[in-house]
Order: sequence, then structure tokens, then C-alpha cells
Amino acid sequence: MLKSFAKRGMVCALLLSWSFACLLPNVVRAVVLRDDRQMDVTISKSPQRIVSLLPSLTETVCALGQCSRLVGVDRYSNWPESIVKLPRMGGGIDPNIESIVALKPDLVLMATSARGVERLQSLGLTVLALEPKNHADIQRTLRVIGQALGLSSVDSERTWQALDAGLREVSQSIPNYAKSQKVYFEVSPVPYGAGASSFIGETLQRLGAQNILPASMGAFPQVNPEFVVRAQPDIIMVGDSNLSNMLARPGWKKLTAMQSQRVCTFTKNESEVLSRPGPRMVEAARIMAKCLIDKSSQLQKASP
Amino acid sequence: MSLAASRRALPLAITLFCLCVLVILIGISVGSSGFVNFLDAWHDDVSWQIIWDIRIPRTIGAFAAGALLGLAGALAQAVFRNPLADPYLLGSASGAAFGVGLAFVFFGGSLIAAEILVQIGLTGAAFVGAVGAVLLTLLLARGVQHTMRLLLAGIIVGVVMGAATSMLMFIRPDALQNMQGFLLGSTAFVGWSSCWLMLGVLIFCAGLSWGLSFVLDALSLGESTALSLGVPLKKVRTLLVLAMALATGTAVAHTGLVAFIGLVAPHIVRSIVSVRQGSLVLLSALMGGLLLLVADVLARAVLAPEELPIGVLTAFLGGGYLLFLLNRNQTQESL
Repeated sequence: MLKSFAKRGMVCALLLSWSFACLLPNVVRAVVLRDDRQMDVTISKSPQRIVSLLPSLTETVCALGQCSRLVGVDRYSNWPESIVKLPRMGGGIDPNIESIVALKPDLVLMATSARGVERLQSLGLTVLALEPKNHADIQRTLRVIGQALGLSSVDSERTWQALDAGLREVSQSIPNYAKSQKVYFEVSPVPYGAGASSFIGETLQRLGAQNILPASMGAFPQVNPEFVVRAQPDIIMVGDSNLSNMLARPGWKKLTAMQSQRVCTFTKNESEVLSRPGPRMVEAARIMAKCLIDKSSQLQKASP
Repeated sequence: MSLAASRRALPLAITLFCLCVLVILIGISVGSSGFVNFLDAWHDDVSWQIIWDIRIPRTIGAFAAGALLGLAGALAQAVFRNPLADPYLLGSASGAAFGVGLAFVFFGGSLIAAEILVQIGLTGAAFVGAVGAVLLTLLLARGVQHTMRLLLAGIIVGVVMGAATSMLMFIRPDALQNMQGFLLGSTAFVGWSSCWLMLGVLIFCAGLSWGLSFVLDALSLGESTALSLGVPLKKVRTLLVLAMALATGTAVAHTGLVAFIGLVAPHIVRSIVSVRQGSLVLLSALMGGLLLLVADVLARAVLAPEELPIGVLTAFLGGGYLLFLLNRNQTQESL
């Protein structure tokens, strides 16, 4: 139906004068975008009712200043404040197909790994599957969503430039003594760590820290606890709920970072900021920078 | 026995059928927005789409999947002459899950794609996995004669297949979310194409088992008696095991791992009527369909607008029922 609408719109545009066509650029224009499934998605008019099923995508839409177009989000999206009251559509494993269709969205943003992508598409919805995993992805996602929303490429470019500048500023704020620290960042108590190729690792690298998990181990490798003991990180970063688990691991109490209390624990909110590859990456960098600076100055005092 | 029993089988079949229709109607009315009278939905495009494209296929899909599992369970119990045999205990369900996992990893994509070809591919993968697992179980148990060996072999194959599936999830973390949802079981993504496929397989398997039920009847008198009656036991048994694997594989490919239906459905039917194997298989299918329908409606209604994974619910209900059965048998001392 949308297609025939677009076709009719194009015929109209040809028949009527150019000046009139210029009055409705957003209605007539159709964009074809390639999403992270490598599928071409046609968006025939600037979408006004958007459902986002991934927190980082929700945040990206809002970072582009288009929060008001969101009509539904997944149960984990909680930033910014203005979307907290939107109806919840389940999560990545169990998106609620029925509630999503009932909202009559003209665009659904969801992760490529989520279930139900094809199901929603077969029900006639426009689905853009995007899954940012690193800094380059964040930039690309900003651009694709910007195009999908009918914004000019200048807008998304400007948003990215601001993020990049913010990141640069944070990294310049780090004094020399806080650089080249060996860092272990734990993302979950299995334990999974953040490797150098993950977006957390990329931010750490820009802050001048050394990740004890090299890029060759993958983005979020499952770490042998022994590996960490052997690597002797200077600083450990971990969510506050994981700390007790960490202390219980054999040999970990004797880690120098543990004994000299160079462990940063993050609140739930901070952990969310850190773990979502989206426009809050500068805030994430600030959190990590603060940790690096605080713990390194301790280190400096301890060793004269 | 047979005359009186078949007289009781027909009313039971009619009752089950009516109950199924009733629960389907309830299922069509219950969703994320609570109870909606589906007759009012005619006027609104979106409500109509929700009912026609989402609720009806998933509700009928729940029936079809439950019926397939019930049928597979009744077949397994009759073929292996063991009331504890079920598609899960013989490893076929975990084999099917492993097959689907392999399909995910090699072909990517999510569980329910729109095209019927993809559906058939997934079903095929599940079928191959299920047959492979059952054959492995039979090989390890050296046939079906020893109940203990059979059950142990089934458990072993189930655990190993489960471990292999976990291994797949570990190697390919991007397939993890899909697999995880799949292992919980859900009817939420069943569209019309999966629905038709499941119903087709159901009719085929039901027809096959009905046609071969004389063998099952002979078998219920004991293996040597069956052989002495001149039944081509080996061939028919192979055919029925394949039918069981096909039914399990199809159900698992479209709704994920849904526990206990295959085990419980034939038990309930037997506790109500005593009938010949052919009727038992068909009645178990109806009963399985009804059970999964009820579980599906409950899964949607209990936490609405959120949904419980249906596999979790059937495991609770089925486990509870088996415990009840066990207790009753103990008090009657008729074990």
C-alpha cells in the first residue's frame, strides 16, 4: 500500500509544477537503505511512528533530536527520561509481535540478532535491523537512522562530530601518569571481559589505557580467571554487583589491583551507559577516565 | 473391551474436539491488549490484522504443535512398549534442537522466516537431528527390549545433544539470542506458513499411524506374539520411529522445545478410556493439542501484556501432573 502511495505521489510530482513538488519533499521521497542484515529496506516517507527494540537504537534516535517520533520501546530502554513512559514491547528474545503491530508503526528499529525480525516484516512492517558493536558502527548507525528519519546528512554528521570531539576532549584530560595502565574490564561474572576490539576496548584505547585482553581474543571473550591473575592488571573495572563474585575467585584476593584497592565499581546506571554502544559513549568515556585518573593517582602515591 | 471402549472413544474425541474449538476461540480473543471480542474486530484494519495474521495462526499453530507432540508421544510409548518413552526421553527433541541450531549457524537468519522454503529447510534440519538422535539412542541401547538401557541411552543422548547445542551457542554468540528463545519454546512467531506445514505433517503422521495401528495392537501383546502373528515388525517399527521423529522435529522446528506434552497426553487419554492403539494415537494427538492450546492461552494471559515462555509453563504443568500421578499410584499401591 505504501508503495502504491509513493508511486501515485511520484506521478503527481511529475504532473504538477516543480514549485509544487518542492512543497512536499518528505512525502514524495523514498530512500533505500542497507541495514546490518545487508538487506535493502525501502522507506517511502519520513516515518513518524517509530518502535525501537534496542536501547542503543532508542538512544540514537533521541540523540538525533527525534525522540518525539518514538511510540514504543523495548523493556530495557530507559534513557532519556522522556521515553520512560512509552509502551513496552518486550525484549530481544521475546518481542511482543501483537503489541508492536497494534501501535501501527511506520518504522521498526531492532537488533539483527533479535527474534521476530522476519515475522514483523511478513506482517507488512518496515523493519530496519541495526546492531552497533563498535565506534565505526555507532557512526554508521547514526547516519543510517538519520537517513531513515529523513534528516539531512549534515545533522547526523554533526552529531557524530560532537561525539568524536567529546571523546577527544576526555582523552586529552587524562594526565600522563594515568596513561598506559593495564586494565581489565569485566562485563559479566561468567567471567566475560571486554576485549580490545569491543567498543569498550576502543574507548579504553583512546583513553590511552592498555587492555589486558588483546583484540585477537574477540570482542567479549570468556576469560580464564588464571589469565587475569597472570596478566596482573593495574586497574580492574567491574559492575558493583559482580565484585563479591570476583573476590570469591581463588587467587584473586592477592591480585595487586585488589589489594591496593584499584578496583572501580560501577552502579547499574553507569554499567548501562558503559555497555550500550550508542550516543552516550562520551559519558561512558568520562566514567572510565575518572576511574583511570583516581586509581592512577593512588598508584603514584603508593610508589614514591 | 473393544466395543465398549470404542463407544467411549468417540464421545471423548468429540468432547476433546469441542474443547479445542472453544479454547481456540478464547485464544483468538486473548492477547497483549487483554480480552477482546474478536467479532468487534471486523471494523478496524489493525485489530483485524492482529487477529487474522497473528492470533489465529499462532493459536492453530499451538494446537498443531501440541497434537504433533501428543502423537509422537503415543507412538513412542506404543512402539517401545514403555509408558515412560516420550520424544524427549529418547533424545529426539534435543536432537531436533541441535539440528535447528546447526541450521541457524550455517544459514543464519532467525527462527521464523516468511518463506515457506526456509520453513521446510528448518523442519528438515530438525527432522534429520531427531532421527539421528533416536537412532543413536537405539544403537546405544542395542534395541528397544531393555527399558533401563533405553531410558539411560536416551538420557545420555539428550545430555550430549544439549551440550552440543550449548557449544554451538558458545562458538557463535550472535546466534545465541535466537537459540535461547528457541530453547524456551514459544508460539509467538508462528505464521500461516508454519501453521500449514505443521497441519500437513500432522495429517500425514496421523494417517500413517492409523494405517499401521494393527501392528501396534499386535505389539501390545508382546514382541514374540506380534512376530508369531506374522506382522512385518522390523519394517513397520522403522516407519513408525521415522513418523515419530518427523512429528517431533516439525513441532520443535516451529515452536522450540516444549516439554512434557508428549509424555502426559497419552497418559491422560489412557486414564480416561482404554482403547486400541490406533484410537489412542489419534486421541493423544487431540489431547496434546488441547494441552498446548490451554498452556498457550495461559502463557499469554498470566502476565499480559508480557508473555511467559510456553516451555516453562508446560514443564510446570506436566511436572505437576506426573507428580500427582506418581502419588496416586503410590497410595493405590498399583505401581
